[in-house]
Amino acid sequence: MTEERASDMLPKTSLSRRNVLKGAGAAAGLAVGPGFVRYAQAQSSAPIKIGFQAHKTGIGASYGRWYERTTNAAVKLINEAGGINGRPVEIVIEDDGTDPNRGAEVVAKFANQHKCDIVYGTLFSHVVIGSAPTAGELKIPYYVVSEGHHVASTKLNRYVFQPGITDVKSQIQAMAPWIAANAGKKVTQIFPDFAFGYDHRDYLPPALKAQGADVIAQIAIPPTESSFTRYFPQIPADTDVIYHVMVGPAVLTFVKELGEFYGSNRPQLFGFIDSLEAVDINSPGLGFLDGSHFWEGSPRYAQPDDSDAQKAYRAAVGIDDNGAAVGDPKDISTAAHMFGCWETLYVIKKAMEDAGYRGPEDRGKLVEATEALTEFAEGPEHPQGPKTFNGKIHQCFGIQYISKVENGRLNVVHKTSIEDGIYEPEGDYTTMPL
Amino acid sequence: MAFGPHLLLAALEGLVTSAVLALMALGLSLVFGVMRVVNVAHGEFYMLGAVVAWWVASLVTGHPALGFLAALVISPLIVGAVALLAERLVLRRLDYNPEATIVATIGILYILQQLALTFYGPDARPVAAPFTYRVLFPWFGYSGYKLAVVGASVALLLVTWFVLMRTRLGLVMRATQYDRETAQAFAIPVDRVYAGVFALGAMLAAVAAVLIVPISQAHYLMGLDPLLLSFIVVIIGGLGSLRGTLVAAVLIGLSDGIISAFFQPTLAKMIATLIVALVLVFRPTGLFGTSAR
Repeated sequence: MTEERASDMLPKTSLSRRNVLKGAGAAAGLAVGPGFVRYAQAQSSAPIKIGFQAHKTGIGASYGRWYERTTNAAVKLINEAGGINGRPVEIVIEDDGTDPNRGAEVVAKFANQHKCDIVYGTLFSHVVIGSAPTAGELKIPYYVVSEGHHVASTKLNRYVFQPGITDVKSQIQAMAPWIAANAGKKVTQIFPDFAFGYDHRDYLPPALKAQGADVIAQIAIPPTESSFTRYFPQIPADTDVIYHVMVGPAVLTFVKELGEFYGSNRPQLFGFIDSLEAVDINSPGLGFLDGSHFWEGSPRYAQPDDSDAQKAYRAAVGIDDNGAAVGDPKDISTAAHMFGCWETLYVIKKAMEDAGYRGPEDRGKLVEATEALTEFAEGPEHPQGPKTFNGKIHQCFGIQYISKVENGRLNVVHKTSIEDGIYEPEGDYTTMPL
Repeated sequence: MAFGPHLLLAALEGLVTSAVLALMALGLSLVFGVMRVVNVAHGEFYMLGAVVAWWVASLVTGHPALGFLAALVISPLIVGAVALLAERLVLRRLDYNPEATIVATIGILYILQQLALTFYGPDARPVAAPFTYRVLFPWFGYSGYKLAVVGASVALLLVTWFVLMRTRLGLVMRATQYDRETAQAFAIPVDRVYAGVFALGAMLAAVAAVLIVPISQAHYLMGLDPLLLSFIVVIIGGLGSLRGTLVAAVLIGLSDGIISAFFQPTLAKMIATLIVALVLVFRPTGLFGTSAR
């Protein structure tokens, strides 16, 4: 009995000498493989490693997929054109699960384990806020594509940059005059109950006030919510405009239930396209959106006056004229945000070249070179439009698009200017020690 | 919005929640009642039902109702087969040991969730509702489909009740629940009854998911919230008591709808959890439960 039990607990197979030799041989083969030799010999020809903190899973997953495609398309072009400082760019992807805790771990993993030069690519604001302290502690530059105001607020640290997409405060300031003049004066706000939503909550009321309009109700909805009708009775009856911005896997349900609640007898709607990002605007039940307006960071649908740069960008990323993946009309892109990945990578390239970046020992120089940037001209590297960059607050400023839903398409009806979105800096990162 | 219409909207939302919850919790309760297995993977059978529904509906062309009806038939069958497989390969080998099956079903939960993530992806995908009629109240509009879900759920619950109370199959199940050993002595194939009940429980969750998927969408994490609510319902109603499950589902669904609409959804969850705590303290067997044999 005891013997039987003992033999049960022991593994049935033991290591044979042959297996051990095989394993050791394979390991040795890997170590002397061509890849290892090349990079060990000459560090200057080793790739520049960019750690891509991607929302592959969790509530940001559809953004993550398109951020990845855009990143790969831009990196392919950069490498074909000779890389950065003559070195190829290598993207190392880690999934952060759209979760702040994991985000911070991923940043540390990029710095310590993957030995990446920089970290890049985060969208969701709570992940950025959760990860930024780790980037600051490890002194690794962290280029986010997040839209939130947290970078420009100068409440993060000197290593965090947002050079490829404008922030919510600037977007709201640029669009408030249009909303007050064209949509209505009494505004009810619906926003997601986390950091990104709070930017909308905090900056819309003063921006509208300046235009003689008022926010009469603010409704916060958790981004993980799956049912929305229950929130709609809180919308005051005298609302002229519903200003909506939702994120998360249930955005389609949100818009659909809004349609069921109001039908065609609805107040004006002004939405951030986030409420429909990666969702087909012609999905059943969305007909009531016809005639409503959306903010777009960059137009989802091809526009008649698209620049050659915009056309080339769309082709490289692989989206058709409807903003869906080429070959899969159901796979709708996150066009209003993902251009930021493309542009951020080109800003990184420019800053690394300005700094003469060679390796992690030059990270301080890279930070200073990025801060020294002032302007990005519209063109193949910046297809969304021209931008200015404020090195003190690590934030770029650009144009915004307002589009109208017409015949199942989003047509751009208004473009703001860069100046519309400029505000007084709230602080200065450059005074902080490196 | 005035109080009356607001309450009506809240009650409607609550009824929809109740209807889906009742189906799902019934499955959980049935499995526990007959097999004494706490099926933590129940929410994932629900998720799987929704994902399969999306897959079936995307294969069927033509009117959306065709795809939906196909999903309503095929999805529970596939989910039932998966459950049957899990029962044969895992639960039976553990001899239905209560502690071991909890751990095992947690494992099944993660396996199903990660398989869905791998093969279906992280996106939420919609299934078109079989019809898009909008019921127009004087104060607000409401989805006609949501009301149909309530009706469909009631019909399915009646069918389940009929099967359990009026058929030989139900008799066999109830006998097994009442006393496993005596049932075996009377030549009831307890082993096969267990397999059938586990599959049936999963199928009820899958049906609930197919009904809900045109309202919300299929997503690989969608099973967690309903699982929690189902446990709340089953504990309040009394583990293994079908009548208790139904009463508790209506109670929790309505209170969830009304408290969410007038106050906060979080508050609704807090109150539901508080009720569970109170029930466990003052009436550990639940409102309608009898003590376990």
